Amino acid sequence: MISDRLRILFEKPWIWAFLGAGLVWMATIAFTGGQGAGQILSAALAFATFSVIVGIGQMYVITLGPGNIDLSIPATMTFAGAVSMKIVDTQDSMVVLGLVIALACGAAVGVFNYGLIRVLRIPPIIATLSSSFLVQSSAIAYGRGLKIKPPPMLADFTTAKIAGVPVLAICVIGLAAVMGVVLHRTVYGKSVIAIGQNPRAAQFAGINVDFTRFATYVLSAVMAGLCGYVLSGFSGGASLNMGAEYLLASIAVVVIGGTSVAGGFANLPGLWGAALFMFLLVTMLNIFGLTAGVRLILTGAIIVGVITLAGGRKT
Amino acid sequence: MIAWISSPRILRGLLPAFSLAVILVAIFYLQPRAMSYFGLNLLLNLALPIAFATLAQMCVITVNDLDLGIGAYVGFVVCVSATWLNDQPVIGVVVLAGCIAVYGALGALIHLRNLPSIVVTLGMSFFWLGLALLVLPTPGGKAPDWIRAIMTFKAPGVPMTIYASAAIALLVHIGLKRSAFGAVLRGAGGNPRSVERAGWSLLRIKVTMYALAGFFGVLSGISLIGLTTSADANIALRYTLLSIAGVILGGGEFVGGRISPIGAVLGAMTLTLAGSFLSFLRISPDWQIGAQGAILIIVLALRVVINRTEARRPR
Repeated sequence: MISDRLRILFEKPWIWAFLGAGLVWMATIAFTGGQGAGQILSAALAFATFSVIVGIGQMYVITLGPGNIDLSIPATMTFAGAVSMKIVDTQDSMVVLGLVIALACGAAVGVFNYGLIRVLRIPPIIATLSSSFLVQSSAIAYGRGLKIKPPPMLADFTTAKIAGVPVLAICVIGLAAVMGVVLHRTVYGKSVIAIGQNPRAAQFAGINVDFTRFATYVLSAVMAGLCGYVLSGFSGGASLNMGAEYLLASIAVVVIGGTSVAGGFANLPGLWGAALFMFLLVTMLNIFGLTAGVRLILTGAIIVGVITLAGGRKT
Repeated sequence: MIAWISSPRILRGLLPAFSLAVILVAIFYLQPRAMSYFGLNLLLNLALPIAFATLAQMCVITVNDLDLGIGAYVGFVVCVSATWLNDQPVIGVVVLAGCIAVYGALGALIHLRNLPSIVVTLGMSFFWLGLALLVLPTPGGKAPDWIRAIMTFKAPGVPMTIYASAAIALLVHIGLKRSAFGAVLRGAGGNPRSVERAGWSLLRIKVTMYALAGFFGVLSGISLIGLTTSADANIALRYTLLSIAGVILGGGEFVGGRISPIGAVLGAMTLTLAGSFLSFLRISPDWQIGAQGAILIIVLALRVVINRTEARRPR
């Protein structure tokens, strides 16, 4: 009975990410002698939140099938952060408007991305890459290289904690749950998965492939916009390189989280496991007192190692 | 003659040269003094390392993969060249040869485990950056004198960069586009199954192309250190995106092993010139990457127009 349940649990592709995160966390607190175990977990939840937000969008895109990937996420985050922070101008009364602006920035980039893919008939990698050049430049020109402060209310909300658990993390767990339902229970979500498994069959089955892909690229960019907005609040303002690390993060959490890179099989819970794993890993290497060089080498080696073990399933 | 020139195939082939010519003419128009030996030398100074990085990327793209770690890799080569290759040439050469071997091994790993190249190379970018920081924690080092001498050699007629670019483009063109083995290598990107059925080892082809990419990456780093004289781990990070843009600009396509070495070198030169072009226009450097994105989009749009005329023409 119990062994059956365990077996089912271990067949879930996302379990490995959580196991990895747990192992790394235990290694860390074993090193500190149990000190700061709670704080580390709390910080991991806070930082993992941002990877999960962009990871959701990237996961939907990757699920569309081979060749589908959104490289414009960092640029979109920076752009949405800069524009919304500048317009809101630290006024609490504009917090909701700022959110709408950030989401709208994301939507605009998404529409542009898919426009390039459709009109120029180029692979999504190139389309999102070229548009990210333009978007990043716009953000630089608009933000003028300054760190634009967030309104106090946004800063308070994004850093608030209830019993050590970040409020934002709770919200994003909710968001991830909703997106999971959308993926597995709605026509749109099922269309995404169907297209990833076989685009021609999906087309013949009467799925509007074009619209589904369009919606997915817009969704990814909107998620990036949302992430740019809350990250600006969390990190004390919109800066020009705030999106930089989220290119790897968004792809890595999807892959480590057990989503098939070949498309057609998505996995939402894994995003959280992978995001926690990535953050706890860096924390562990930091606490071990390693230099930046060694830390980067180990991060790289572990990512390659994990993908070697996790990937490779011929789908 | 006119019919020959206006055939879509030739037009597509001429597009990279045409884009380079347009941007050169525009620069000469804005700043006639650039039309001299000294002016050209300054304009194209950094074109050679970018051209090598672009060729490295092209090798990986030939087999339908993408290398997101080439920039960090070139940075590591720069750091090795400025330290070991200068102080203890034997160790330096061994390390650089080791780098090429690692690249070949990456190709084998990606092929054998059927891994997504994007994730593996993105992970490797951390690995290389970390290694570079270990070799050279703070910017510094010194370029070996012989490299410096080669890179600053004053060639008769036109700057050395132009001779070197032309020679390397021609060499790779002959190797990949005119030789029998080159056709097999490209075929592995076009139709891997038929290449395999014809008795070729796909594993060996992947290893060859990745090792070639590693080799061009080494050349890129060596030529870069010859120009900058001192090294920095982050010196070439932007080469990753620049090299992808260069390949695409040069007429390479993302799938099917359709690549053009000469076009790739021309594309790299066009992107190098884009920055100078903006400064001559007195446009803020904020827009530099934006301009590169815009050039990419414009050229891709032109290619769509050419392809459409091809589709309309009776064969």
